[in-house]
Amino acid sequence: MGVDVRVKDLRKIYNSPPPFAMGAAAFGSGRSAGGKKQKKQKMEVLALDGVSLEVEGGEIFGLLGPNGAGKSTTVGIVTTRIKPTSGNAWIGPHDVWRDQVAAKHLIGVVQQRPNLDFSLTAREILIFHAAYFGIGSHERTRRANELIERFQLKDRADDMVRGFSGGMMQRLSIARAMMHDPEVLFLDEPSTGLDPQTRLLLWEIIREYNRAGKTILLTTHNMEEADTLCNRIAIIDHGKVIALGTPAELKASIPGGYLLRVKFSASADGLAERLGELPGVTEVKPKGDGIDIYADRGGPLVGGIVAAAGACGVDLSDVHISEPSLENLFLHHTGRSLRQ
Amino acid sequence: MNWKTFTALLRRDAHVARRNFIPLVLQTMLQPLLFVFIFGQVMIRSNFMPQSYRALLLPGIMAISMLMTGIQAVSMPLIAEFQFTKEIEDRLLAPMQIQWLAIEKVVAGMIQSVVSGIIVVLAAWLVMGTDVGVTFKNPGLFVAMVLLVALLSAAGGLTLGCSVGQTQIGLLFSLVLAPMIMFGCAYYPWSALKTFPVLQYAVLVNPLVYASEGLRGALAPNVPHIDTWVVLSVLVVADAGLIFFGLNRFFRKAVG
Repeated sequence: MGVDVRVKDLRKIYNSPPPFAMGAAAFGSGRSAGGKKQKKQKMEVLALDGVSLEVEGGEIFGLLGPNGAGKSTTVGIVTTRIKPTSGNAWIGPHDVWRDQVAAKHLIGVVQQRPNLDFSLTAREILIFHAAYFGIGSHERTRRANELIERFQLKDRADDMVRGFSGGMMQRLSIARAMMHDPEVLFLDEPSTGLDPQTRLLLWEIIREYNRAGKTILLTTHNMEEADTLCNRIAIIDHGKVIALGTPAELKASIPGGYLLRVKFSASADGLAERLGELPGVTEVKPKGDGIDIYADRGGPLVGGIVAAAGACGVDLSDVHISEPSLENLFLHHTGRSLRQ
Repeated sequence: MNWKTFTALLRRDAHVARRNFIPLVLQTMLQPLLFVFIFGQVMIRSNFMPQSYRALLLPGIMAISMLMTGIQAVSMPLIAEFQFTKEIEDRLLAPMQIQWLAIEKVVAGMIQSVVSGIIVVLAAWLVMGTDVGVTFKNPGLFVAMVLLVALLSAAGGLTLGCSVGQTQIGLLFSLVLAPMIMFGCAYYPWSALKTFPVLQYAVLVNPLVYASEGLRGALAPNVPHIDTWVVLSVLVVADAGLIFFGLNRFFRKAVG
């Protein structure tokens, strides 16, 4: 049975610009918009607004959300790197802030940006990391060799890492996080900037590590990654968890499943009501200059939409159909695309 | 306290220092050595300076080297590692309270400071010969002084390293370190400033004054210097203050 991770009522307000990884968390800014005479107030950014989660031991759990949603801040708090404004976090039985050293023993962390020790070679990075965790010299050499082999870093193992490519740095960061065989592995946007081939290698390594009973918590804004890799997903936006479940459960929770985003030549009264009466339509949301229609079918509905538009005296000018996906789910909950 | 982690971090710093040993030595030693050569040889042999100047100069040069080495050894890597590369993260995640990482940095800085002091003394002897006129009659005082100065430099480096950003390093050198060296009573005793009464008391904020005068008291007691007990007390208080302040700043910088 793996080690679980729990957070309860986490709130985090940054009084200064948040660290780089959370740099896009520029929402909810309490900065005063006052006139010239008013003194510039301290910047306040609400990054987390009461996040509670329970990640079960041995599962692959995904935090999905756009940039600045609060994913990295959540990971930062659970990994002892950011102090929450209020709330608690536990790794297994250890309160992350009261029992920091015990918690650190159980976790391995891969940050969003590679933060390798530039004064060392790749092999030294792995070996010193293991030494920090008290692993004996014979064992750490063996593990370093094994991981260098597995992460395809053999050719450059004894080079300084300064000249490494982004993908190599990322692989080395992950290898380093695994050196002390942590029970819980945190990966913050692990596949950002990786080529497709390396991404597949990474996914395979994550699955394999998970099969050994380890808990994995990853953040991503990549739907495919969350969908194929995670047992459960929490969708997080503006510092709040807005949906939680298995990928299948979440996708099934969108009314209808299909999303048709339609636009018309002009706006017309009663059009939305007419669209809502079409067969299979579960929800109609007027949005900007168009309308989002959630339904249990896609293409077959277009004829009905054209007819409804004609009856209101306008023309259908644009239609985009998407199949059930986490992207739609995110859109449904937030009204925004993940990439926005 | 997790000593395995602590010693592993020290080994890491030693490994990096060994790798950079030659440039490190050149960087910290060259200037004092040139100074020793010009003032300890050229000026004396040409009779512009008395022979006795050597005993006054050596402790001052030693103080400069120790202080600069310790400050740089701790502050420069800290400034770089806290930048956006966040190189220090891995060590912050080592299973140890994070303040101990700062203490480890201070210990590593102290070791480098002491090594640099020893190298300067040896090198100064090579340049100036053995009749410098310093004495090791009070080894206890000398060791205490060296340790306090080393701690002063490393704790000062910790405070500076956590207070200054990468873009301000140039300013740090030109506005802080350069005046600190010139007004640090390294090349002249503090009593020489008595004709500049305001300056004489203003320089007392400069930690290098106590380092120079303290080492002078231990190595060349016949040269005029600030009372050794006063120096010891100021160094103890300054060391404690800088450690406290530096640890606080480190914690604030390390934890988001």
